[in-house]
Amino acid sequence: MNKGLPKWADIILIPLLSLMLAFLVSGLVVMFIGKDPIEAVKVMVSGALGKFGIGYTLYYTTNFIFTGLAVAVAFHARMFNIGGEGQAGIGGVGVAVVLLSVDWPHWTIAIVAASVGAMVFGAAWAAIPAYLQAKRGSHIVITTIMFNWIGSALIVYLLVGPMQAPGMVPETMGFSAGSSIPTLNDMFPAFDKHAPANVTLFLALFAAVGVWVLIWKTRLGYEIRAFGHSEKAAVYAGISPLKIIMVAMLVSGALAGMMAVNTVQGEAERLILDTVQGAGFVGIAVALMGRSHPVGVVLAAFLFGILYQGGGELSFEMGIPREMIVVIQALVIMFVGSLENMVRIPVERLFVRFSKGAA
Amino acid sequence: MTVETQTQGQSETAAPVAPAIELIGVSKSFGPVQANKDIDMIVAKGAIHGIVGENGAGKSTLMSILYGFYKADAGEIKIDGVTTEITDSHAAIAAGIGMVHQHFMLVQPFTVLENVIMGAEDGPLLRPSLAKARKVLAELAAEYELDVDPDAIVGDLSVGFQQRVEILKALYREADILILDEPTGVLTPAEADHLFRILENLKEQGKTIVLITHKLREIMAVTDTVSVMRRGEMTATVKTAETSASELADLMVGRHVVLEVDKSDAEPGEVILEVKNLCVTDFQGVKKLKDVSLKLRAGEILGVAGVAGNGQSDLLNILGGIDAAESGEVILKGESIDLTHKASAAMRRERGIGHVPEDRHALGLVMPFQTWENAVFGYHNNPEFSGKYGLANQKAMMEDTKRKIEKYDIRPTNPHLQASNYSGGNQQKIVIAREIVNNPDVLLVGQPTRGVDIGAIEFIHKQIVALRDEGKAVLLVSVELEEILALSDRIIVMFDGVIQGERMPKETNEQELGMLMAGIDPEASA
Repeated sequence: MNKGLPKWADIILIPLLSLMLAFLVSGLVVMFIGKDPIEAVKVMVSGALGKFGIGYTLYYTTNFIFTGLAVAVAFHARMFNIGGEGQAGIGGVGVAVVLLSVDWPHWTIAIVAASVGAMVFGAAWAAIPAYLQAKRGSHIVITTIMFNWIGSALIVYLLVGPMQAPGMVPETMGFSAGSSIPTLNDMFPAFDKHAPANVTLFLALFAAVGVWVLIWKTRLGYEIRAFGHSEKAAVYAGISPLKIIMVAMLVSGALAGMMAVNTVQGEAERLILDTVQGAGFVGIAVALMGRSHPVGVVLAAFLFGILYQGGGELSFEMGIPREMIVVIQALVIMFVGSLENMVRIPVERLFVRFSKGAA
Repeated sequence: MTVETQTQGQSETAAPVAPAIELIGVSKSFGPVQANKDIDMIVAKGAIHGIVGENGAGKSTLMSILYGFYKADAGEIKIDGVTTEITDSHAAIAAGIGMVHQHFMLVQPFTVLENVIMGAEDGPLLRPSLAKARKVLAELAAEYELDVDPDAIVGDLSVGFQQRVEILKALYREADILILDEPTGVLTPAEADHLFRILENLKEQGKTIVLITHKLREIMAVTDTVSVMRRGEMTATVKTAETSASELADLMVGRHVVLEVDKSDAEPGEVILEVKNLCVTDFQGVKKLKDVSLKLRAGEILGVAGVAGNGQSDLLNILGGIDAAESGEVILKGESIDLTHKASAAMRRERGIGHVPEDRHALGLVMPFQTWENAVFGYHNNPEFSGKYGLANQKAMMEDTKRKIEKYDIRPTNPHLQASNYSGGNQQKIVIAREIVNNPDVLLVGQPTRGVDIGAIEFIHKQIVALRDEGKAVLLVSVELEEILALSDRIIVMFDGVIQGERMPKETNEQELGMLMAGIDPEASA
């Protein structure tokens, strides 16, 4: 890495080229199923960025920023947190517990309380795998995946048992009116009335700034990065692996949990089944594509928001099956995440040749 | 030069025998770094040809090109006068080139035989290959003094024997040209002498040997011709008989260097660190330290000699707060220090123990970190670097780093450069600067000049002596006997987790220390 590549090429040019490759191949696939790829792009873009669609795109973006940041923070400590799905789900339980237990007078207080609930529950769900990793060496990838399943089973149990509202539907009672947070439409009438994007978007952007400060400006972030690059060196410097693993995973779990403020408090206004819908896993792709940098994560989250919303439009407008959208998303992840060197190496060569020519 | 190539019965200079290796205009760059610039080199058949140069001079790159690991950007390689395209190691082997790497390429749980045939099996069944290899090995052993038990597990062999297995591997593949990359780094002096006898034997049988090393003593002892590399260029090729170690050193560095350390006699003060009956067992159940006791005084450099892996690293790591001890006591300035798992390196630093670790890449530096981040590593929670709310005072860190760069002549002077972009010497200067500037009472130093160029060695040695002259205590661990002898005020030798003996540098020599390093007490046996 970093063989004389300028930073902008590293952070922007290479992901962009990878993305274009992904879209090129996606276009070919669309052609193979007998649809017009140019038309598909138009539908996708207008569907995702139009007056109606943008409210959905930003709603998904908010989710992906949180889960992407969660994965990114853990990455810096070289922890692969695959448990965003479970942590966000359990974060939803935290939101529901907080919002159902008190009749909140105003949304501003409610959102702060719900955020605390989401973070505490999300962090708690990450704490157990983190502790098992730090103390017993149980691999975090395995344990967080297991905790995704445990979490989803636990939510089912809660929604058909202790937390279920009267009736047959597996959901809690609706939250009180005082905890209903403003949508973007409430704040900016330019947005469509039905669009679910809400004020949580700003919390997500705030969280991105917070992560940037944590990782690059604090002594804790310095220790996290040192540990992530080399555990042996960290121990030599007197940094406790237990502390770093725990802290990084707690922060990661809390960020994943925060997603529930968007979905559970902002959209559903009660706890229902399957509020996460794979956003925890998309977070991994977002963090990879964003190179674990908050700015990159926000941009990648927006891109995936477009893919999600635009993909929905694609199946609706053009009859391209929904599975196709998953294929396109997979191609993006593949090119940007795992085939990065395919683009990086030629670009590096070009730069070297260019800089030699100039010298 | 009068190299007798007995098998041909010809003399290199007299008759136009094609040289074993001829490189013409070989260049190789990695990104913007030019590792090899237009290298011309001729290695005569049946000669021992040394290549010396500082770290990063391009020796290893050149040999990797010759062995097919890298492809040269430009240039031509002739083997026995024939232009040869060496695309990979198979091509190199086919051309008769064998390589003994610095870090052995052996499968530890396999037997010697299995390792030797690996990649050179004759068919899908192992038995015939193993039988053939057993026969060949017996012949080679007789011919070249290369005795190794063919059925021994490689992991159980000493490094000296493992190296012989590497040589056997190359010979089994019928190598005529043998390249050895820093072969003596892990050997005792006696093992090294044996290796040189083997090399002489190989030479007598007409093999060509290329010896890459930074140890000038070895070059002087065994080579016929020596090429000097500096900054990717071949700066000189001379006959060994017509040069001297100091001339070679000057050629390597490009200026005059002083090989001796200039220091006054020590004035040891009171005991500052006392180690009593320290024991530790590693996770495999091997006892690494057995009742080690020592005293370290203010104002002295205590050298710990020994072949790598005889407990010196464990001693450093326990004193540095990285590993826990099993039993024993360490008293620092009259107070005992915590040797349990609860201790950390941060606590040691607070108590005044600095640590320059043996492995700066794995421990001493975070390679992707920038200079300013590495220059405060381990001291980042010091009050002067702590901002409010857990923030790091990056401005203070940066200024501190700039002072270290200036004072310790760290080059390049860019505080934003990643550690991996520095030469070994400058990386080590970053570590040394960091540990010395924090003013420790005791400095633990492991292999201070491993992989460090001669110019920087001089500088680093001066810094260590200066610290001693300030009245600080230095515990110096090194596998380089020359370094131990030059720097130490007192020497202890470790063997198999035990302190095998203590000597004063002026009253001992390399031979005596070498015997102690091999576990033999010359006084007891005399």
